Amino acid sequence: MIKITNLHKQYGELEVLKGIDLDVPKGEVLSVIGSSGSGKSTLLYCINGLEPIQKGQIIVDDIDVHASDTNLNSVRQNMGMVFQQWNSFPHLTVLENVALAPKIVSKLSKKEALEVAEKQLLHVGLGDKLTQYPSALSGGQQQRLAIARALAMEPKCMLFDEATSALDPELVGEVLDTIRLLADEGMTMICVTHEMGFAREVSDRVAFFHEGKIEEINQPEELFGSAKSKYLQKFLSKVKT
Amino acid sequence: MESASTYFSGFNINDLLYLGEAALRTLWISFWAISIGSFIGIFLGLALSISRVIAYTLGAVLDVFRSVPLIIQLVLFFNFAPIIGLRLNPFEAGLIVLIVYTSAYVANVARGGIEAVGDPMRRAARSLGMTYWQDLRYVVWPIGLRAVFPAWVGVALGVLKDSALVSILGYIELLKASQILMTRTQEAILILSIAGAFYFALSYPISYYATRLEQRWSE
Repeated sequence: MIKITNLHKQYGELEVLKGIDLDVPKGEVLSVIGSSGSGKSTLLYCINGLEPIQKGQIIVDDIDVHASDTNLNSVRQNMGMVFQQWNSFPHLTVLENVALAPKIVSKLSKKEALEVAEKQLLHVGLGDKLTQYPSALSGGQQQRLAIARALAMEPKCMLFDEATSALDPELVGEVLDTIRLLADEGMTMICVTHEMGFAREVSDRVAFFHEGKIEEINQPEELFGSAKSKYLQKFLSKVKT
Repeated sequence: MESASTYFSGFNINDLLYLGEAALRTLWISFWAISIGSFIGIFLGLALSISRVIAYTLGAVLDVFRSVPLIIQLVLFFNFAPIIGLRLNPFEAGLIVLIVYTSAYVANVARGGIEAVGDPMRRAARSLGMTYWQDLRYVVWPIGLRAVFPAWVGVALGVLKDSALVSILGYIELLKASQILMTRTQEAILILSIAGAFYFALSYPISYYATRLEQRWSE
């Protein structure tokens, strides 16, 4: 589903990704962990085509994302992305937030778009908030709204960029539950996360990033139980698992 | 020796109509200056927000129009236009200067609006598959407009009043008409009060509807 070969990414002089090879098959949930600045979020931006790359290749669903003749807008329609900041559109109701992209990007009729939106909002448990504005929602609810908004485009895979980092601790659970629900439904996902418990429980595999490279990648029991890399051991000893 | 009063005649109802007609000319030149100037200003603001290089170069040019007093710009342009082969009447010359002046102010307001939306929000919009223009139309425009609408209303009201300066080119708008009547009637206080009332009558609906619109948005 997502195949990355020898990916290099630089911001000016600073090399953020130094040769990433990664293959995420359909239906897999991959968690990406690592300290800040290790290039985790940049990887997601490159997969989504929000950041240009300098070398290598990213193939998503048989399309070379960074090829010059690729229509990024249509690539992105197949890829849902949820950010650390939920970025709900403040001028639209919850229902309109979700219906906007199906209407203008997928060109659904207004009625169809609203139906899709309502379905996805029920899916993430916001069925009772349809006519409210985002400002009336909690951070956790706004993040679930962002998930519903991405799902409404019927993506083939989902990218989560530290989706719970900006949330109050008591709201983290409801968002993780929603992501877990998607995992159970077989959605292909890459989750950049600081929630080790979540990574351990939900992921099929976990990748540990260190200084722009995948230092170690394995099934969660192996990676958390018997870490080989000394950087990973050090990282795990610092975070709560 | 004749009394001075024979040179002057009192204020009458026709003069009020004359002022009303002049007020319409003020409205006319302001309407076009604000409409066209805002339209151009929005695109200039977009250009300012795109790159640092454009922000510095274009920004410096726009600063000239914001810093030099409007009255000087009017006189300079009106007198230099014929040199480059432009034959303009006072209305045309005044309108062009007002458009440039308005767009220089609106450009900065628009840039503020675009910055208020912020990159993370726009990235989220793009990640949903929206094109550059869809992002501008459906996300940046509505959110940014709400953020800077009061500032834009301030610019519009300013231009409405500053249009009085076009009078020095000989365009008979509200202020010029008042001056003509003052010379004839010698009733400066009365006429300036009426002219002030006309300016207020032109401005008040704008600020009234602007406030109503803001209230509706904040609901």
